[in-house]
Amino acid sequence: METLDQIKARVEAAFPGASVEIVPNAGVGGQRSLLVDHAHALDVARFLREDPALRLDYASNVTGVDWLDAVIKEKRKVKQVIAGVEREIEETTERRRPGYLEVVYHLYSMELKHGPLVLRLRTANRADNARVPSLTPVWRAAEFQEREAYDLYGIIFDGHPDLRRILMWDEFRDFPMRKDYVEPDDYEYEPTPHDDVLAKAKRHYQP
Amino acid sequence: MDEGLRSELSKQGVFTTTLEDLYNWGRKNSVWPLGFGLACCAIEMIAASMARWDLARFGAEVFRPSPRQADLMIVAGTVTKKMAPQVVRLYNQMPEPKYVIAMGACAISGGPFKQGYNVLKGIDRYLPVDVHIPGCPPRPEALLHAFMTLQRKIDEQALTGAQRPRHLVAEAPSEFPVPEFGAHDLVPPANPEIWQPPEVVRGE
Repeated sequence: METLDQIKARVEAAFPGASVEIVPNAGVGGQRSLLVDHAHALDVARFLREDPALRLDYASNVTGVDWLDAVIKEKRKVKQVIAGVEREIEETTERRRPGYLEVVYHLYSMELKHGPLVLRLRTANRADNARVPSLTPVWRAAEFQEREAYDLYGIIFDGHPDLRRILMWDEFRDFPMRKDYVEPDDYEYEPTPHDDVLAKAKRHYQP
Repeated sequence: MDEGLRSELSKQGVFTTTLEDLYNWGRKNSVWPLGFGLACCAIEMIAASMARWDLARFGAEVFRPSPRQADLMIVAGTVTKKMAPQVVRLYNQMPEPKYVIAMGACAISGGPFKQGYNVLKGIDRYLPVDVHIPGCPPRPEALLHAFMTLQRKIDEQALTGAQRPRHLVAEAPSEFPVPEFGAHDLVPPANPEIWQPPEVVRGE
C-alpha cells in the first residue's frame, strides 16, 4: 500500500476542497491515521474503496473515542538573548482543547490484501453537536458497529439507515462509555475495595 | 417410626416408609432443568449433561425447552441487565415446586463484570436462589455437587409445619416482580423482599 502521505496527496487532488489531515501517533506502533472533514467524508470513503490502487473494501472495525476538555502543554525550545548572551531556553505554552468525540474506522483490502488504513471522523463537541456522517452507505459492515458507537458514546451518525441502541435497552438514557458517565449507585460490600471502589465503600459503610 | 421396628420389619420383607420420604424421594430424583444458558457456564452445563459426566445418573437429564415443564432453573452465565427481566419472567412461568441454581461467579455476584454498567450483580437480587456455585466457570463436577446439594435439600423438606417448602404455603409468592427497564438502571435495582445488601460486621 502507498504511504499515508501519498494517499493524502491523492485524496486532496481528487477533492480540491477537502480537508485531510494526518493524525500523528506518539505510541510505540506509531500508526498514523487520516482525519477527514464531514462534508467530504463520504466522497473520501468511496474514493478509498473504489480506487484501483487502494480497494479498501473491508471495514474491519469501528470504534468510538471520548476526548474530554483538556489543557495541552507544549514545550518548545526558543533562542533568547539574556544579558547579552544568546541561550536556548524551554518555553511552555498552554492551549485549551475543547472536548470532542471521535470515530475510528480500520479499513483493509480483501482484494489486494493490504491494510489497515485508519480513518477518523471527529464531532464538533461532546454535547449538542455530537454528529458525524455515517459511512454505512459505503461499508455495510459499519452498520452495527456505528449503532454500538451511538449506543455507548452517543455519537449520532447522519445518514445511518437504522440508528437505534444495540446493546443497552431502548429506554436507557446514558452513554456508558463516556468518561463522565456516572454509574447507578448499586454498590454492595466487597472484601478488597480499591481506588474508586474504596471511595464508594467509605460512602456506604461508615466505620 | 421406631428405627428398630423398621429394621425388624424389613428383615421380614415388609417395607415401611412415610409419605413424606416417598414424596421427596420421587421429587428429588426427577428434577427437570430448564434448557437455557446465558454464557460460557452453559458449555459446562452441557458437558455435565453429556456422556462423560452424565447428569442422567441424578434423574436430571431431561432439559426442557419450555419453562412450563421444568422444575429447576440453572442460571448458567452472566445475567446482563437487559436479560434479567426475561430470566425472571421465565422463572415466573415455571410451575411449583421450582428451584434455582446460580451457576458461576457471574450469576452469583456479577463476577468479573461486577463493576460494569451492564451486568446484574447476582441473580439473587430478583430470584430466590437455592444453591450457589462459585467458579469461573465451575467444572461439571461442581454442578454435580450442586445437584446433590439440591437433592439433599429437597429430601430434607418437611411437608407440614412452619418449615414446609414455599409451594405448600398458599400465601407464599410463586411469581416474583419482573424488573422494568429504567432510564439509568433496572427499576427496582433489586427485590427488597428477597435481597438486602450484606451488612458488614467487624470483629473486635
